[in-house]
Amino acid sequence: MDIPRNWRLRTQRYALVGEECDHCHSKIFPPRDICPDCGLEAKAHYAFSGKGEIYSFTVVHDPPTGYEDQAPYAIALVKLEEGPIVTAQLTDVDSAQVAIGMPVEMVTRKLRAEGEEGVIHYGYKFRPTLARA
Amino acid sequence: MRPVAVLGIGQTAVGEHWERSLRDLATQAGLAAMRDAGLEHVQAVFVGNMLSGLLTRQENLGALVADWLGQRPAEAFKVEAACASGAAAFRVAHMAVSSGEVDVALAVGVEKMTDTTSGETTAALATASDADYELVHGVTFVGLNALVMRRYLHEFGWKHTDFAPFSINAHANGARNPNARLQEPISERDYTRARMVCDPINLLDASPIGDGAAAAVLVPAERAYDRPRARVLVAGSASATDTLAVHDRKDPLFLSAAHHSARKAYAQAGLEPSQIDFFELHDAFSIMSALSLEACGFAERGQGPRLGLEGRIRLQQALPISTQGGLKARGHPVGATGMYQLVEVVQQLRGEAGPNQLDRARVGMAQNIGGSGAMIATHILRVA
Ligand SMILES: [Zn+2]
Repeated sequence: MDIPRNWRLRTQRYALVGEECDHCHSKIFPPRDICPDCGLEAKAHYAFSGKGEIYSFTVVHDPPTGYEDQAPYAIALVKLEEGPIVTAQLTDVDSAQVAIGMPVEMVTRKLRAEGEEGVIHYGYKFRPTLARA
Repeated sequence: MRPVAVLGIGQTAVGEHWERSLRDLATQAGLAAMRDAGLEHVQAVFVGNMLSGLLTRQENLGALVADWLGQRPAEAFKVEAACASGAAAFRVAHMAVSSGEVDVALAVGVEKMTDTTSGETTAALATASDADYELVHGVTFVGLNALVMRRYLHEFGWKHTDFAPFSINAHANGARNPNARLQEPISERDYTRARMVCDPINLLDASPIGDGAAAAVLVPAERAYDRPRARVLVAGSASATDTLAVHDRKDPLFLSAAHHSARKAYAQAGLEPSQIDFFELHDAFSIMSALSLEACGFAERGQGPRLGLEGRIRLQQALPISTQGGLKARGHPVGATGMYQLVEVVQQLRGEAGPNQLDRARVGMAQNIGGSGAMIATHILRVA
């Protein structure tokens, strides 16, 4: 049931593809075809860099059905360097080390599985930005 | 548009009603409101509910409730706006009566939440968020509010304990409300030692879910003149929207739909915030109390907790809030909550609020928040 629904979101989920407004040049994620800043049509694809910082975060201990095997997990509001904020899980990090303002980058991870034999949905999570050599 | 009065009110206690079904609860509250109004028939029934499809696998609630109330062939349908479904149903009833299309409308808010496991209920509640961009990441409702609260503490420099007065006040009032889910007062020590649920939100920041129903009968104001008790008019009725997802807001720490709906309601009533005697706000989480007070003009940006710390939110003070326990102690049967708030405002205005009765209760406001602030309805009721 959820296969076409998730397939439709593949470019957003796997590559953070949003839109750029031709009129006011706002960067938009998720894509919605109407610019939230100026209200005009915005359909030009824009691939976000996946870099941002923690705007806020918490740790979920009492998960909804379907997320039990991941709990506890940290979720965050990540402010992308291009402007928009996204909600996502944090990964590859000790949640005690997370702080507002921490630089993070997007990675692709398993979001959830539909039971043991069901489809696995992948998408973006964020981890602390790795130092480049 | 003609003026509208609330002629009757009814409610069940909020709790775990294992012996009563969704339809039983709605029927009980609806009949109580009709009895209170002295009416046996209504022309329309508007049912506020969020979760019947997911948790009871029952939709088409309007017809079901109208049938069980013995009101066939009255017009009836369900109104859904997440946790604001109750006030949305009241608002539809108000539009129906004020427009002149309906002369007697019944608004019922009902929710049945305790037949399912807590994981199922949590997942169902989370459908009020953006399914594709919030929920899929394992977000819960308490989680969204925790994200907002942590940022609020960070930006405005408050400590977690500065929110204690909201919870202490709600529990103190709920302890004297026989319909409240939680009837135990709490201390500041209880608050600071409560189990952490979703940092920084602990158990005493969060409202309990529950089963319950509340209802009101709305009629044209002139039909309420011949009654012995105080006549309660709807002086302002408005709702507004914001982005569905918290992350899409330019300022996630400001409830703009609360601001817009309150401003419209004030304008309709011809009142300023300072003229509101008491406020039933949507304290699903203590952070929501602060944000609601700020958006409605009772506190400056980032200063909501100050009203609690200065004691101004308690009974008989400058702006009593959650006078029958609020969501925090009366309980939060989500789609019914907005109707409970309105019923409690009417109780205060009529002088029927029992041990929690306010000395000054001429104008009361209720604000019901759907989702994390995406749909917010504000009502102002007054005695006239
Ligand atoms: Zn634009």
